[in-house]
Amino acid sequence: MTVSAAPAEAILEEAGTPRRRRIRGSSDARAYGLGAITAIYLLWALVPVAITVLFSFNAGRSRSTWQGFSLRWYTWDPTGSVLNDESIRNALSHTVLLAVLATIVTVPLGVLFALALDRWRGRLPQGANFLALITFVIPEIALAIGLLFMVTYLATPFGLGTWAQVVGLVTFQLAYPIVICRARLLTIGAHYEEAARDLGASALGAVRRVILPMLFPAILVSSILVFADVLDDFVIVRYLSSDASTETTSMRIYQTARAAPTPALNAMATIILVVSALVIVLGWLAYRRWTRKQGENTDVGSLANTL
Amino acid sequence: MGDRSTRFLWPILGLPAMVWIALFFLIPLYVVFCVAFGAVDPIFRTPIPIWNPLEWQFTQVQVVWDRLFGPNNFYLPAVLRTFLYVAIAVVACLLIAFPVAYFTARYAGKYRGLVLALLVAPFFISYMMRMLAWINLLQPDGLVNSIITLGGVVPLDINWLSGNPYVVVMGLIYGYVPYMLLPLFAALDRISPSLIEAARDLGASGFDLFRRVILPMSLPGIVAGTLLISLPMMGDYFTSDMLSKSPNTAMIGNLINLSIATPGQSGQAGALLILVLLVLLVPMVLYTRSNAKAEVRS
Repeated sequence: MTVSAAPAEAILEEAGTPRRRRIRGSSDARAYGLGAITAIYLLWALVPVAITVLFSFNAGRSRSTWQGFSLRWYTWDPTGSVLNDESIRNALSHTVLLAVLATIVTVPLGVLFALALDRWRGRLPQGANFLALITFVIPEIALAIGLLFMVTYLATPFGLGTWAQVVGLVTFQLAYPIVICRARLLTIGAHYEEAARDLGASALGAVRRVILPMLFPAILVSSILVFADVLDDFVIVRYLSSDASTETTSMRIYQTARAAPTPALNAMATIILVVSALVIVLGWLAYRRWTRKQGENTDVGSLANTL
Repeated sequence: MGDRSTRFLWPILGLPAMVWIALFFLIPLYVVFCVAFGAVDPIFRTPIPIWNPLEWQFTQVQVVWDRLFGPNNFYLPAVLRTFLYVAIAVVACLLIAFPVAYFTARYAGKYRGLVLALLVAPFFISYMMRMLAWINLLQPDGLVNSIITLGGVVPLDINWLSGNPYVVVMGLIYGYVPYMLLPLFAALDRISPSLIEAARDLGASGFDLFRRVILPMSLPGIVAGTLLISLPMMGDYFTSDMLSKSPNTAMIGNLINLSIATPGQSGQAGALLILVLLVLLVPMVLYTRSNAKAEVRS
């Protein structure tokens, strides 16, 4: 059988013009070449981080010479470990606290605004949308300094600290839920809502019982993005912090990375990485479950398209 | 009855975010102007904001302007350096991101999900941690030096982390490439395979295909990616601080950050910031436009 199949293939090959065949060959070579570039890029992008994680388990004080595996910098070092250094513990908990608070405020604000923007035509909402998009691309330092000046010269009773940080973060992150939910609303269209209204639902009822459930994947994705992005924030959080109690992990890395720190710094960074990864994986599973249940075909690419 | 409730429903839903943006985006920006065009207390050197635009003074702006273009222009090198670094980093990011995004969109096949997940991963690894990774590698006794010196055999003592412009630009590229990758991937992924086949059938060579089909169709992604990484880079001070900490590699962001930290120079920080925002105004508006256009298209 294989004997008879081979000549048949050869004949088919002959049928194609030589030019075509050559192109297919070069296309294969191109795929391998591009694949090699991609592999090299991924190694360059991820191996340094992997080494940082690895050295958080170093038994010695060095961040470049491997001295054996140990959980010393996580748990048992009496003064320097994440568990026993109060300032590191505090930085970790404050970072997570900011991420939770900022997400809780940002997502509802953005989702409601996206809903309004989808139906409310006029210069005022368009202008607000324009400003929200500007906050997305304006250098973070501009927002941070603006709020710093506002707190120090105008709204003096409020003071710097956790709440100033949350306000800054929410302003900076607001564009995520707006852009993502608007894109989703455009694909949903007006039919479902009209059908609900025809069946006697009030405008608010249609939003609550028809549109919001359909919007759920977009809300989920924007919550994950906001949460993960706030965990990493540095500029806003630093300018609007008040004292050591409002220090975050990124500030701590910035302040101590160059001053001969111990692998405890790597351990702290690793813990934030794990928190971030957990939230993303759990969120992603929930997203997949939901979209499967709704019988929608969404792959990772749909996430990229929203940005 | 329904009509009346609908008419007010949407504005009510939109109102909280609009109030938020006005309170915490527009007013802070206005305060920056009031400080930059304000006075300075002659004794305590603290800034005195002037709230009425008609009374704005230009002393702070004048100071900044002189340091930029006057005889003693010690701000100018940092500004020129910023444009140079950003330009190099953007081009490098494009050169890296294009083949990677193209491979992922067209050739990754069954590995597509995995490759995409790995491409997205740096998004969720804190920027500071990624800089920390390079500090660990590049410190005097770090892995890079021990590889170069073959474990201490070759007597080379390279100090990567103090004022090396190549390291800072590498750091910028390393930090911002992921933000170039995603919009590029989204644009390339939208090109239908049948379009590429059609171009092939009509006799396009590999180069023709790239120049006349793929490049024009990925242009929105290239523009979006370029804006998405160059705008934040213009305000970046931490990359240079982490990987160099030297005035030889200071960028505009570092000038602003230093002015903020120095008593009595808040107004100058504000003035510098306003200059940066003026320069970036056109690209920022361009970005919101390209975003709106993409929305209409989808």
